[in-house]
Amino acid sequence: MEMIKQLKELKSSALKELGAVSQAKDLEAWRVRYLGKKSQLTSILRGLAKLPIEERRQVGALSNQIKTGLEESLEQKARLLKQAKLASAGEEGIDITLPGRHFPTGRLHPLTQTVTEICDIFVSMGFQVVEGPEVEWDYYNFEALNITRHHPARDSMATLWVDAETEKGERNMLLRTHTTAVDTRVMEQMPPPIRVVMPGKVYRYEASDVTHVPMFHQIDGLAVDKNITMADLKGTLYEFARRFFGEDRKVRFRCDYFPFVEPGVEMAIECLVCGGTGCRLCGNSGWIEVLGAGMTHPRVLERSGIDPREYTSFAFGMGIDRLPMLRYGIDDIRLLYGSDLRFLRQF
Amino acid sequence: MKVSLKWLEQYVDIDLSPAELADKLTMAGTEAKGWQVIGGNWEGIVVGQILAINPHPNADRLKLPIVDLGTEQQTVVCGAPNLKVGDKVAFARVGARLIDGHSGQIVQLEAANIRGVASNGMVCSERELGISDYHQDIMVLAAEAKVGTPLADFMGDVIFDLDVTPNRPDCLSVIGIAREVAALTGQKVRLPDISYDETGAPIEEQISIDITAPDLCPRYSASLITGVKIAPSPHWLQQRLLAGGMRPINNVVDVTNFVMLEYGEPLHAFDYNRVRGRKIIVRRAEEGEVLVTLDGAKRPLSPDMLVIADAERAVAVAGVMGGADSEMTGRTTAIVLEAANFNPPSIYHTGYTLGLPSEARMRFERGISPELTVPALRRATRLIIELADGKAAKGIVDVYPGKQEPEPILLSTGEVKRLLGVDFSLGQIKTALASLGFDCQEAKSASEVKAIAPYWRSDIGLAEDLVEEVARVIGYDRIPVTMPGGEVPRQNPAPIIGFKQEVRRDLAGYGFYEVITYSLTSLDLMNKLLPQPHPLEPEPLRVVRPMSTEQEYLRPSLRANLLAALEANRRHEEGGIRLFELGRVYQRRPNDLPDEPEMLCGLLAGPRFDESWHGGDEPVDFFDAKGVVEGLLHHLGVEADFKPADDESLNPAKQAAIVVGGKKLGVVGELHHKVIETFDLSEKACLFEINLTEILPFTLEHKLFQPISRFPAVVRDIALVVGLSVTHRQVMDVMTGFPLVTRVALFDLYTGGKLPADKKSLAYRITFQSSTKTLTDEAANKVQQKIIDKLSKELGATLRG
Ligand SMILES: [Zn+2]
Repeated sequence: MEMIKQLKELKSSALKELGAVSQAKDLEAWRVRYLGKKSQLTSILRGLAKLPIEERRQVGALSNQIKTGLEESLEQKARLLKQAKLASAGEEGIDITLPGRHFPTGRLHPLTQTVTEICDIFVSMGFQVVEGPEVEWDYYNFEALNITRHHPARDSMATLWVDAETEKGERNMLLRTHTTAVDTRVMEQMPPPIRVVMPGKVYRYEASDVTHVPMFHQIDGLAVDKNITMADLKGTLYEFARRFFGEDRKVRFRCDYFPFVEPGVEMAIECLVCGGTGCRLCGNSGWIEVLGAGMTHPRVLERSGIDPREYTSFAFGMGIDRLPMLRYGIDDIRLLYGSDLRFLRQF
Repeated sequence: MKVSLKWLEQYVDIDLSPAELADKLTMAGTEAKGWQVIGGNWEGIVVGQILAINPHPNADRLKLPIVDLGTEQQTVVCGAPNLKVGDKVAFARVGARLIDGHSGQIVQLEAANIRGVASNGMVCSERELGISDYHQDIMVLAAEAKVGTPLADFMGDVIFDLDVTPNRPDCLSVIGIAREVAALTGQKVRLPDISYDETGAPIEEQISIDITAPDLCPRYSASLITGVKIAPSPHWLQQRLLAGGMRPINNVVDVTNFVMLEYGEPLHAFDYNRVRGRKIIVRRAEEGEVLVTLDGAKRPLSPDMLVIADAERAVAVAGVMGGADSEMTGRTTAIVLEAANFNPPSIYHTGYTLGLPSEARMRFERGISPELTVPALRRATRLIIELADGKAAKGIVDVYPGKQEPEPILLSTGEVKRLLGVDFSLGQIKTALASLGFDCQEAKSASEVKAIAPYWRSDIGLAEDLVEEVARVIGYDRIPVTMPGGEVPRQNPAPIIGFKQEVRRDLAGYGFYEVITYSLTSLDLMNKLLPQPHPLEPEPLRVVRPMSTEQEYLRPSLRANLLAALEANRRHEEGGIRLFELGRVYQRRPNDLPDEPEMLCGLLAGPRFDESWHGGDEPVDFFDAKGVVEGLLHHLGVEADFKPADDESLNPAKQAAIVVGGKKLGVVGELHHKVIETFDLSEKACLFEINLTEILPFTLEHKLFQPISRFPAVVRDIALVVGLSVTHRQVMDVMTGFPLVTRVALFDLYTGGKLPADKKSLAYRITFQSSTKTLTDEAANKVQQKIIDKLSKELGATLRG
């Protein structure tokens, strides 16, 4: 049967030609040629009526089958070409995997990020951020906080004294050893009720190693009002811990001593590495101390002009550097002050 | 402080596991940093006694001791040189786990045949038991050890490592810790027997004591013991000292140290026969007085130091260290035992000045109670008589000029509630206080208690102190969790705080990495800037004893540290580097704390854009830095002028002062080539510095909304030719001075070509716009012409053809 043979040849040449098409714009020409109104296939279908009944059925079925097959092949080819065009640079497309035009990106220091995060949490609880001087008088750093000249607490805060004498020839200027030094300044200047947090740099006479640097960061907090209680301190710090360390992190509140509070508190969180079972990081205790706190000592309030019989107050203080170290697993505190871009890029 | 559980159990019953006990103490304020179990794995190790020692048939160095274990006898092969018939030893049966003396590994003991003789067990050294590293000899046990008892029962222990807070000198003693444990577990403390027979002559006939500085010595008590025989102390005493971290010396010295660990009262024993004139005088040191202390060092003393002296000379620095001259020797037969109390600041000062840390000094400095002297003295005297065969004199000397009666403190349930935020009943409060040894008396009101602190609690003085005692005994976990009530205080945050944050975020957005460098810096680093050497004018602040010259000065500017950071990063970084620091610098003020202005310093180095397939690796220049400054200031709403500047560390031709409100508040420029060299940078770098504290007020000016014109703008381009010395700023000042001119932008700068050598061409796009009407071309032309006329008249500008 001539007609059948012709149809089969038509199909194979159409597919061969389709396979050779490499650009989407050439597909239309192929479609017109093999599936268009003037194509051989269309004319065969149109001429079916003239064929004898037997032949008509056979040729008709085959023609329709070939037509559907070619339409499917066309569709598939179009899809392939489209994908290829997206994936690689064609004449008119672009290689989207090439790097973009570079805008320099910068970042805030991880300590800045941490301080901001902590301050934001306390600000949302009604605290205000206050800063004090880094070079401070002995009075604000020590005396006002019950740390007298011969107090053992002075030994634990090796102090860097500044080489400057007052008119009276006294040398009483130092680099503050803790941000608690700002407490008295705040109470002297602000009438209660007070709720403040005081972030900043502090200094110690200490040789550098993986856990010590001579300058680091702390944040202190202070609340003074008529009915401030240790329960409020607990509530405030638990809320901070929940938001900073996570909902499920266990918190421990234990008795501790600081000269400027009474009663005194130390707050610890469940170890982030071992989850409480004990490891090297937490010294096998399962707990990591994060801050010291307590009810502000009545003498400290008195010295700042606040009547301890009328007002109560809580205070807390926390080292900041350890927090990003714990969170990111940084094992050497000196990296925070090393200005190394390979470090800073990671945060 | 190290505390042995066994020792503790002599004063209080404990039925808690080491972990539970550690937790209780920690929660109540004395942190247990850890504990070490001694003998936790001594299964199969028992006390034995050597009955006989036979020679080994095949080895001269080895012996065959026969060890009695009570139920049986065992023969083992042993090479230790100190085997002695009758000695009690630690015997490990086959199957016991020991530490291998050579490898340090834990091994299980097996039956062995050593050179032809069967050995069914082992006589152990301290190292094999994990007690110490000593492995030369076998360990000889105290004679009182009972044959056959498990070694763990005889000498197993748990040693707690306690962190005693500075307010609790009473807890620097085993009895002090026992009192804590008793209070926390509802037990009672058992105190040791301190009585003894006074068989000697009356003490007053043998020694007199005089305190001439009662302000520095509130109490001095002493006993006298004659006929003592100095010898090594018994095993149990040595063991206690070792557990407490002290080295045994001889029976008398060991007793003084033991009682110090037990009661917390430091004691000192003088050789009675070396105390001249039978006299002890507690006095201030004389000007120029020198004492050779126990350690052999010559110590120059001064009148603010307290000494213990005899009739002729100082024999000890009070409370700090004894003198070599009155020290006990092996031949000492009579001793004066001192238990005294000294003024804490004086001890601190003396110890600090002489550089002498000691266990005694630490206790005196923290203010132990003067009431402690007599019980501790009696306890030590009793022990010395017991262990060194002495005879105690009749009576003691007790000079007590500083006696103070304890003041009762009133505490109400209301005060407890006011501080803790929880209601504890008066009963609960009294029980808690009584458990700690407080004497609780009835007060006038039914909601109050009058509490008198026990004598050992020298830290208690206020109702607040009692509140802490109540809270920690009942438990901090019983305090509820609430949020502060009342009105939220008025917020007036200092504008600088938010401002700094805004500046930081802007710079990070411009591609800068923030660094934080040390505020303390070195002269060497400052000297890398220009002029060299650093003029130190105004003189930067210095610290008195710097850690090192690296950290000697308080930085007068941020730039040296930042350049050092750039230099360090350049060793491993290619491409563009942008760094900034925002922090304080320190400026000396007479008779006051320094000024601490908040400064911003930024650095740009390397290519503007990293070299890539997009091309472009041009190095940054002045205008990149200026662009950052302009962008920042624009965002902050500050209008700045850029004026010629003379910063010596910057390229003289490529720098500008940032002038705001007529004041120079910063600088921007390219680094001077000499600075580039001293910092070992092989490239151009740009720097900017802004005093944020001073610029802040200019950012706070109230902004007013400018209505947006509904009428179309007319845009005109003009190209001017002006002399080389005419600045863009001059042209801008003229153009922006005209009405209807809403925007002027320089879009081309051109020199050379057909222009005369002393001319340049500036091309501007001027936007004219009215807020009230649609501008006609004529109206715009008119203004434009006026602008051109004025530019021509004032700046000699011509239009470019
Ligand atoms: Zn852990």
